[in-house]
Amino acid sequence: MEAHLPVLLIVVPLLAAPLCVLLRHRTLTWILALLAAWTVLGMSVVVLLRVLDTGFISYALGGWAAPWGIELRIDVVNAYVLVLVALIGATVLLYAPASIAAEIPREQHYLFYTAYLLSFTGLLGITATGDAFNLFVFLEISSISSYALISLGRDRRALMASYQYLIMGTIGATFILIGVGLLYMMTGTLNMADLAVRLGPVLHTRTALVAFAFLGVGMSLKLALFPLHAWLPNAYCYAPSVVTAFLAATATKVSIYVFLRFVFTIFGADFAFAQMHLQTIIVPLSLIAIFITSSVAIFQTNIKRMLAYSSLAQIGYIMLGIGLVSETGLTAAIVHLFNHALMKGALFLALGGVALRLGSVELEDMRGLGKRMPATSFAFVLGGLSLIGVPLTVGFISKWYLVLAALEQGWWPLAALVLLGSLLAFIYIWRVVEVLYFQPPPTDAPRNEAPLSMQIPMWLLLAAVVYFGASASLTAGIARKAAILLLGGAL
Amino acid sequence: MSPSLTPLIAVLLPLAGAPLVALLDKRPNLREAATLITGIGLLAVVISLVPEVLAGARPQIHLLEILPGLNLSLHVEPLGMLFAVIAASLWIVTSIYAIGYMRGHHEENQTRFFFFFAVAIAAAMGVAFAGNLLTLFVFYEILTLSTYPLVTHHRTPEAMRGGRIYMGILLSTSIAFLLFAIIWTWSLTGTVDFKTDGILAGKTDTTTITILLVLFAFGTGKAALMPLHRWLPAAMVAPTPVSALLHAVAVVKAGVFTIVKVTVYIFGLDLLHDTGASSWLVYLSGTTIIVASLVALTKNNLKARLAYSTISQLSYIILGAALANDLGKIGGSLHIATHAFGKITLFFCAGAILVATHKSEISDMKGIGRQMPLTMFAFLIGSLSIIGLPPFAGAWSKWYLILGAIEAQHYFAVAVLALSSLLNIAYLLPIVANAFFASTADEEHGGIEEAPLACVIPLLFTAACCLALFLYPDPWLDLVRHIGVF
Repeated sequence: MEAHLPVLLIVVPLLAAPLCVLLRHRTLTWILALLAAWTVLGMSVVVLLRVLDTGFISYALGGWAAPWGIELRIDVVNAYVLVLVALIGATVLLYAPASIAAEIPREQHYLFYTAYLLSFTGLLGITATGDAFNLFVFLEISSISSYALISLGRDRRALMASYQYLIMGTIGATFILIGVGLLYMMTGTLNMADLAVRLGPVLHTRTALVAFAFLGVGMSLKLALFPLHAWLPNAYCYAPSVVTAFLAATATKVSIYVFLRFVFTIFGADFAFAQMHLQTIIVPLSLIAIFITSSVAIFQTNIKRMLAYSSLAQIGYIMLGIGLVSETGLTAAIVHLFNHALMKGALFLALGGVALRLGSVELEDMRGLGKRMPATSFAFVLGGLSLIGVPLTVGFISKWYLVLAALEQGWWPLAALVLLGSLLAFIYIWRVVEVLYFQPPPTDAPRNEAPLSMQIPMWLLLAAVVYFGASASLTAGIARKAAILLLGGAL
Repeated sequence: MSPSLTPLIAVLLPLAGAPLVALLDKRPNLREAATLITGIGLLAVVISLVPEVLAGARPQIHLLEILPGLNLSLHVEPLGMLFAVIAASLWIVTSIYAIGYMRGHHEENQTRFFFFFAVAIAAAMGVAFAGNLLTLFVFYEILTLSTYPLVTHHRTPEAMRGGRIYMGILLSTSIAFLLFAIIWTWSLTGTVDFKTDGILAGKTDTTTITILLVLFAFGTGKAALMPLHRWLPAAMVAPTPVSALLHAVAVVKAGVFTIVKVTVYIFGLDLLHDTGASSWLVYLSGTTIIVASLVALTKNNLKARLAYSTISQLSYIILGAALANDLGKIGGSLHIATHAFGKITLFFCAGAILVATHKSEISDMKGIGRQMPLTMFAFLIGSLSIIGLPPFAGAWSKWYLILGAIEAQHYFAVAVLALSSLLNIAYLLPIVANAFFASTADEEHGGIEEAPLACVIPLLFTAACCLALFLYPDPWLDLVRHIGVF
């Protein structure tokens, strides 16, 4: 049983999805999805513990040995991401019924759970697989189901947003497929570990360079690196609250994992950074992302959209850490991957509560919310403080490592810029805080807190935000191990 | 050394008092009793640490490990002890005063006020006892956040604007500069702990040390070093007890305390003295002293004038630290205490005048001494102490500061100190003179009409402290002389 855990991680939600279609009953499908997601969470934690113990797990699908068969290969890097995806997926599902009751027509609920489980499966598959083509397949599973999820949004503009994401996402996926195809052409293998070995001798060829370029652009599109981010704000803004929370905390994070995997494991840091000078592209783009998108966030009146822009800035921080190509830099990136998922997930869940009670997430409708929804408002402040990077929240840990990484390289202006970015976050969060607490609520507004089933998941994530902010040795320790592994080159 | 719970109790006690205050929302008398009992308990806990610290003990406790080697920890040493004693004792006095003021002035949302008041003092205790830079930073930020609702207490557009400047400057400087300096220190030395003789010696070159000192000095926005002083006058929109405790004592002193603590325990005075890395700070703090005094002269609003006076006086302390010798250190640290008692008296008086007569402009206060003789007498004593005239407390700190400046052969600093005393006379004493000797514009108030007793007693008490501190400076001097040894 335990030997089959890597594949069960994917199979359980994959089988639960069609079962949902058969069941059709709203509550039953929810229970089924919940069971599947929490089982996956449990299994992912076991896998992570195993990997921390033994180094890596290799699982041959169907008993076909790698490199011919499809291999699932889990080391510290993806085990960490698996736990993250499972954690968010399971927590958000707890929250779903109350939230979608108001946002999605009742007869479509079972479809929502189906699409959700498929998207969940896809993300887990991308993360677990050790096969480049298999990765593409899972990428498509997760993408297509997330297009469907986004289009479920109540606002008709959700359709447009979903369509926009579909076009951009498909271009990205196609680029990745072309890249993988070119790699296959040069090496005759699709297995990542095998690719890493066989690519070495042919890395100088133009085909390999083109493959690298295609993959780089494709992955940047999927992870929404500035300036390839245009699909993200609309998608996050118009999707149902649950979907936004889920995708914001997982989808871009998994794409960043894919980036790490291709650049560091398959091509190797030497090739990507010493030969291709990836640093000179990533670092400026990340900085531009941080400053432009944070500035744009300051001027948003729709808070969901504001948080979407904030996500783009946070992706900038993660990519900046990657761009520093050092142990500390990668640690910063990987730990922020985890931390940002926690805080942004919590923030979007808080906003989901607001959307449920107010029917809007426009700033002007949120006046005096501190009186009407004290718990949710406080949760928003807490999540916001973490985005700013206030100590004793996870945001601080990320900033600490990132600034430290910049200083280690002697790039102190960069360190200063990272901290200045925090000030922009402070401005866009504080704007909301002032409205929540310092403007009188409309006179006829009763005290109306979000239901408990929505508050508990939100507080779970916030508890993690504070816990891993006050005692980060665990998360940062695993991130450091992952960073060392990535820089070591071997899978 | 075995862990000691006492410093932790000093932080937790007011933190426990805060929810108690909130629970007693509907019963104001009990609520105020909760505040006072918390205050007395806190003072007892803090005082109980003094003999130990004087005897050379350094009680400490590790709270939690954030990252390997990076702890939240409390560690008591003489400078923090000094700050804690001042903050804890003046907190009780201010609480009594606040009860009289808030009721006399019919303020709203008093529960929220007393709640955050308690959180703020807890944060001040945390700053005082912080065992490393990170802990200090954490409590420094909590202090900023918890005082924001106090500054914006009135919720008027003006209060909001003041609050925005307050938060904006304090938070942005602390994140952009102070945190930067802390992480830089960590990356250079692998530690952020406060140590005897500092931790930076031999770790880096003079240029970096100077840059780090710039970052620390400007990162500590609470010290109100020019040009980052704007938040202090802006914060004067707060109710007067807040201005008195926070913007004469706890918040601003947390700022200068941080600077002294960093110069002594992170850089080490020897390092600063040998490299000369702090001489720019002598000039900048000297300039702040003079310029802020000149601005104070132009202010007609009493609280605004006191705010600029505070900015100027804070730089005395920074100057003392920047001189980088023992006498400067003693003078600067002592000034934390002496200025606290003098300035809180003045703020109490300003509040009492507001409560009794609703006057806030100095030009309206002619002849007010005949109406409020006790208050204005206390104002005179506070002023004399700020000016630095014997027999009042301020004389001691100025004495040591001048000695320190002479020893460092910084004649610029000597000149600044002399000139500044004259400016202090110019902006403080005319208020008293006019209050007693000028003829009143309107003679409608014939008799004596003081503020409520709860306001008058505290201000007389702190005025008396100014005198007592001059006559019996030994306990304070003892503490101050031990600063530097962890």
